[in-house]
Amino acid sequence: MDYLYYLRQSKMPHIWCDGCGHGIVLKSLLRVIDKLGWDKNDVAVVSGIGCSSRTPGYVDFNTLHTTHGRALAFATGLKIAKPQLHVIVVTGDGDAVAIGGNHFIHAARRNIDISVIIYNNYIYGMTGGQVSPTTPTMKKATTTPFGNPDAPFDISRLAAAAGAAYVARTTVYHYARMDLYIEQALTKKGFSVVEVLSPCPTSYGKLNKLGNGVDMLMYQKENTVSLEKAAQLTPEELENKIVVGVFVDKEQADYQEHYQKVVQKSHNV
Amino acid sequence: MDLKDIPEVKINTDWCKSCGICVAFCPRKVLEMGMFYAQVAHPEACSGCKMCENLCPDFAITVTLPVKTAEKVK
Repeated sequence: MDYLYYLRQSKMPHIWCDGCGHGIVLKSLLRVIDKLGWDKNDVAVVSGIGCSSRTPGYVDFNTLHTTHGRALAFATGLKIAKPQLHVIVVTGDGDAVAIGGNHFIHAARRNIDISVIIYNNYIYGMTGGQVSPTTPTMKKATTTPFGNPDAPFDISRLAAAAGAAYVARTTVYHYARMDLYIEQALTKKGFSVVEVLSPCPTSYGKLNKLGNGVDMLMYQKENTVSLEKAAQLTPEELENKIVVGVFVDKEQADYQEHYQKVVQKSHNV
Repeated sequence: MDLKDIPEVKINTDWCKSCGICVAFCPRKVLEMGMFYAQVAHPEACSGCKMCENLCPDFAITVTLPVKTAEKVK
């Protein structure tokens, strides 16, 4: 496939650091859209603020770069106004579950037909490496130089508990798996979430001495276990492992269906 | 071997940030890190798996399969 067809080439090369995995996720998204054969005018990519949220600047779809954490709020309005659009939200861990945490759980509860791709790099990369809600316990960030005392959010389980119709997690190294999950998420009716673990060698990697992008990808390669395998392991064995797989995949009525019923009833009054 | 029968690996040197991911993960060690960007050192070893293309975060690598192989993949 030709990635350049989907890119705003005047904006390239992108600003992501050497070794950052965000470009790999973007490629996967473009491959899936190309495979599904969607017209560029039928796709809307919405983002908030952050490294990951630079994505809409580089892709040649209908794009919306919104305020910090509010990508899902804008996307909800967009989806209701133009239900025929394929609305895709690209967001980071800080954007989605810190400042936009409430929007995230309520969009999942509402089960509106939006696909969310969360680039989880465990840190606020763009603003200088501050601690994020997914930074693992006792790992360093610029705002927690002696280690992060908080427990991290498990984004996939959070989305599953909040009522999303599809939730999956993968790493950027497993790009074939990522293609599969993103395709399932984009074609799913209802709120679908794909959490992609992406290395941040510049902030998170440097502060925690995890090496460069290659080393962090190698770590993903060697320390990933599937959800089925993880069920057989003890919590001690699962320490420092990355659990990937499809957490939720269910069919349920989405917001649009319920909303149409409300509209019909209001006309009858 | 005729060069037309092997995949063609092209590197966009304007976009490459020399992160080294393609060099580290190529199963056949086709690529090597040059002074400023990755270089195709052993083009004859390439099997056309596209691992480098798919893992390159910078859209800098394009692998074109030879016509025969591309038809087989289809």
